[in-house]
Amino acid sequence: MTTRTDDPGALVILPGTVVPGRARPPVPLRREGPSKLTGVALYTDDIVVPGAWYGSTIRSTDAHAILDGIDLDPSFDWTTVVVVTASDIPGENVVSSIRSDQPILVPMGGEIRHHAEPLALLAAPDRGTLREARRRVRVRTTPLPGVFDPEASEHTFASYAIETGDAEAAMAGADLIFEGEYRVGHQEQLYIENNAMIAEPTAGGGVTVTGSLQCPYYLHEALKRGLGLGDQGARVIQAETGGGFGGKEEFPSVIGLHAALLARKAQRPVRMIYDRHEDIAATTKRHPAIVRHRTAVTREGVLVAQDIEVIMDGGAYCTLTPVVLSRGALHSGGPYRCPNVRIRARATRTNTPPNGAFRGFGAPQVEFAAETHLNRIAERLGISPLDIRRRNLLVPGDATPTGQVLRESVAAEEVLERAAEASEFVRLRARAEAERRRRADDGTSSSGPFRTGRERTASGIGIALGWHGAGFTGSGEVKLASVASVELTADGRIVVLTASTEMGQGTKTIFPQLVGEALGVSDRDVEIAPQDTAIVPDSGPTVASRTSMVVGGLVIRAAGRLREAVEREMGAPFAESYRAFARDHGALRVDQRFEPYPGGTPFDDETYTGDAYPAFSWAACVASVRVDLDTGEVQVDDVVAADDIGRVIHPILAEGQVEGGTLQAIGYATIEEIKLRDGRYLNDRLATYIIPTAMDAPRISAILVEAPFDGVPHGAKGVGELPMDVGAPAVVAAIADATGAWITDLPASPERILAALAAMPDVAGPRPGMSPPEDAS
Amino acid sequence: MPIEPPVVSPATIADAYAALAGGTPDAPVRPIAGGTDLMVTLAGDLGDPPARIVDLWGLEALRGIVVDGTALSLGALTTFTEIRHSALCREHLPVLVEAAASIGAAQIQNRGTLGGNIANASPAGDTLPVLLAVDARFVLGSVRGEREVPAKAFWTGYRRTAMAPDELVLKIVIPLLQDRRASFRKVGTRRAQSISKVVMAVAWRSDAIDGSGPWHDVRVALGSVAPTPIRASRTEAVLEGAAPTADVADAAADALAGELVPIDDVRSTAGYRRLAAARILHRCIREAGGW
Ligand SMILES: Cc1cc2nc3c(=O)[nH]c(=O)nc-3n(C[C@H](O)[C@H](O)[C@H](O)COP(=O)(O)OP(=O)(O)OC[C@H]3O[C@@H](n4cnc5c(N)ncnc54)[C@H](O)[C@@H]3O)c2cc1C
Repeated sequence: MTTRTDDPGALVILPGTVVPGRARPPVPLRREGPSKLTGVALYTDDIVVPGAWYGSTIRSTDAHAILDGIDLDPSFDWTTVVVVTASDIPGENVVSSIRSDQPILVPMGGEIRHHAEPLALLAAPDRGTLREARRRVRVRTTPLPGVFDPEASEHTFASYAIETGDAEAAMAGADLIFEGEYRVGHQEQLYIENNAMIAEPTAGGGVTVTGSLQCPYYLHEALKRGLGLGDQGARVIQAETGGGFGGKEEFPSVIGLHAALLARKAQRPVRMIYDRHEDIAATTKRHPAIVRHRTAVTREGVLVAQDIEVIMDGGAYCTLTPVVLSRGALHSGGPYRCPNVRIRARATRTNTPPNGAFRGFGAPQVEFAAETHLNRIAERLGISPLDIRRRNLLVPGDATPTGQVLRESVAAEEVLERAAEASEFVRLRARAEAERRRRADDGTSSSGPFRTGRERTASGIGIALGWHGAGFTGSGEVKLASVASVELTADGRIVVLTASTEMGQGTKTIFPQLVGEALGVSDRDVEIAPQDTAIVPDSGPTVASRTSMVVGGLVIRAAGRLREAVEREMGAPFAESYRAFARDHGALRVDQRFEPYPGGTPFDDETYTGDAYPAFSWAACVASVRVDLDTGEVQVDDVVAADDIGRVIHPILAEGQVEGGTLQAIGYATIEEIKLRDGRYLNDRLATYIIPTAMDAPRISAILVEAPFDGVPHGAKGVGELPMDVGAPAVVAAIADATGAWITDLPASPERILAALAAMPDVAGPRPGMSPPEDAS
Repeated sequence: MPIEPPVVSPATIADAYAALAGGTPDAPVRPIAGGTDLMVTLAGDLGDPPARIVDLWGLEALRGIVVDGTALSLGALTTFTEIRHSALCREHLPVLVEAAASIGAAQIQNRGTLGGNIANASPAGDTLPVLLAVDARFVLGSVRGEREVPAKAFWTGYRRTAMAPDELVLKIVIPLLQDRRASFRKVGTRRAQSISKVVMAVAWRSDAIDGSGPWHDVRVALGSVAPTPIRASRTEAVLEGAAPTADVADAAADALAGELVPIDDVRSTAGYRRLAAARILHRCIREAGGW
């Protein structure tokens, strides 16, 4: 991380220092940092549970089939092995989710809908027995033809239409119309720690599941339904969690249920720990998408009409697809003012493993398309990509396609200008253009596919602007009705009780900051209760960049009420009186339930009109790349990211989110791609699923911009997902700036770049997300 | 759920030979050097594990880099880090240093060995095209004695070698030629921990000081474009006796594109491999010719 100091006006934050213009003490160290650094922190697989057995999953090797039977080799000694099939499920055989269409295990005679689908579970006292038992299980199936193309699927999980103005009529009278198609494939979250759960049966038929997860209450609900348990019977405890990125949002319900079923049948604890291969092969990915734009503009590049079609591949089961698609539809036009918009979005079912939550949640796919399309329009019109954005970006008073009028906290312009200025975008772009022209004019370019040009590399710079709706979409927060609590305990401790999980992003560090500030005490005097459904209330899932903004707002309000009550009683400032209060009056706990943010127009789920989000976060990204013209290899050298996150609570953690999200976006842009054949992931190992290494990481400069959201006391809007939305289009624009070639499929791999440079389409390989049949290669 | 076969650690090469000779088709015995390939297959449960593992790491006789007379010889246990740090390698065979530096990252280079790269016989082994291009010879040993196999005859099929199951690579011998020049280029999947999509080594003899004179004894060797590392003989023929001019580069690149028959796999496409191989050869000739 380098910080630019040559622009004193910019909100530049040196690590560990204060925000200019705001007196604040140095930020606290990460709460769980020391235990992680010293190895004391216990991730799920580190937890020793005496007598625990090892669990394992038998999975389908068909993408689509009827499950005819599961045979256990009679010559094997099964007495020390527990086998669970669908018939052992005491509750409903569904993984509780939006549609609950996914079975916990495929029942006998039932339909297998994707490769690696769970069919049966085994547990044994040791790994050797388990390994041998796995080899003695034979699965009989009748294969069925699979559907792998989301556009050919006849089953739609969700569809939305958003309309404002009259796009068709506006197109008819427009100066210029541009069309484009963009495709993106699956992306793996690749948290450092694989999915892992340990289940223990409890007296009275209940179960306690401890594991790596983002959302304790999602698994809690899944356990209640699948095992037929009451609120008390199911208990979920979060272990130290090594990253999530959405990959531990809904999937823990699957592995948690599996561990619980085995533990219940074995009547002993069972450990279910995936290795990386199983984790990549069987868990959720980012949805592949096909996005088509038809855009009418004036000659000056002002948007007149947008007609956008979004198709997402949901995979074999619904999971969170309707909400992923919803966010995708809502963000698909980009952060621009356009009077006539028609957005049609649908997500369909295919015979591929289910796709689910992943940082950005539908937005990175559509924003890549929107930004790349706008950049191409700018090029065709001879307008700079910076100017076309200046002419169209949303400013206060503008309305989004759902009719949401943006009244406050609108920073599209500020992030764009800050990023452009700090990156010297205009100067570097002029230089790249001059180089490109020289290469074309002086005959040094490659003169045929098998020839090199005189220069081996070309440099380019690209820009993208993005937005990210803060918190849940539409009426999501109202329906969730989250509760967060702050308690002054009888022994005088201050404890924050939420289900918001720490997975490396900083929940445990920022909540004490927020509560400490609200109470007038040091953050060090504020404790965090463990994320255990027996202890903390349901403050909702740790997703959607909602923790800082929504749950943060709740804990501040709860703390404020606690402070008021104590000060009213004691007649002295909270900091001086709370210990005495606790001694005299005992514990006091304040539960704060979510209340809709004031103002605005409630969102209507039927018509897709109204305020889709309480506020938006804004981001601009400028990427500089070098492309090897011989091989199409891309090196991203430098990224300047400007992110408006409302209010910066902890600059180092916020910068960490920007840096990490940017690098994840660079992987998405350049190398990360799941390849499929017949519905099966081909590269389901770390040797073959390629993500950026430290050597691939560019210099990243994070500029944090603060345009506070007034709906919450602290003004924060969330930062987790935002950087993921803008990195890929910026990199792809930089590649185009360097080479003249627009890559419309992600990742912009060397294969796709060379295919474009050499005009040899076959070199590119299959389109992203597509699953050609085995014999096609 | 990795299986961990028993490991024996012989103190002498003779003990290692004996341990290896105890293997049978049903209960194979495999040597382990740095373990950077073998441990991956064990941990990933890829294929049947051997019944027993013979740890070569303690056999000092398999280490060391020396120049004797007109050859550079490296013990099979020489690590990539040792190659990178070796003054002899840097002086006499910088192209091997380049290849060693392109492998994995620091940890893999500390542990991975040249002998392991050769015996593992992956078509993507990055040192293998270099060894082909410089006419390396491998000294093999077993209970039956020692023998020498030229690199060109060593890789016989996909992950198959001319070695018997109980044979060891003992050392690698590379003839040193005064007027040899060589170039190396790896096209991988990323900047580190990267397996090659195409890897190429080119060696030739040229007496012109500035490199512009005709090339002789040309070797063009490639990895990741066929089931084994290969020499591109038709391309070599185009380059033999020719000076590195633009016309020659064009003809050689066309010849290479014409003779390679790579495949589509999880890392890249056949079309990309052919195209990239032709272009990196073209670049190599362009750089040698200085135009
Ligand atoms: C993360 C990672 C990155 C990697 N990157 C690269 C890369 O960029 N390029 C590349 O080429 N490879 C790469 N590899 C593969 C590996 O590091 C090399 O092939 C290395 O040279 C293997 O050497 P080793 O000593 O570790 O072999 P081992 O794993 O010990 O052995 C490999 C095979 O060779 C046999 N063997 C070893 N030594 C002998 C001997 N003296 N005689 C007979 N048989 C023997 C073993 O039985 C085994 O079959 C990578 C591996 C990993 C894990």
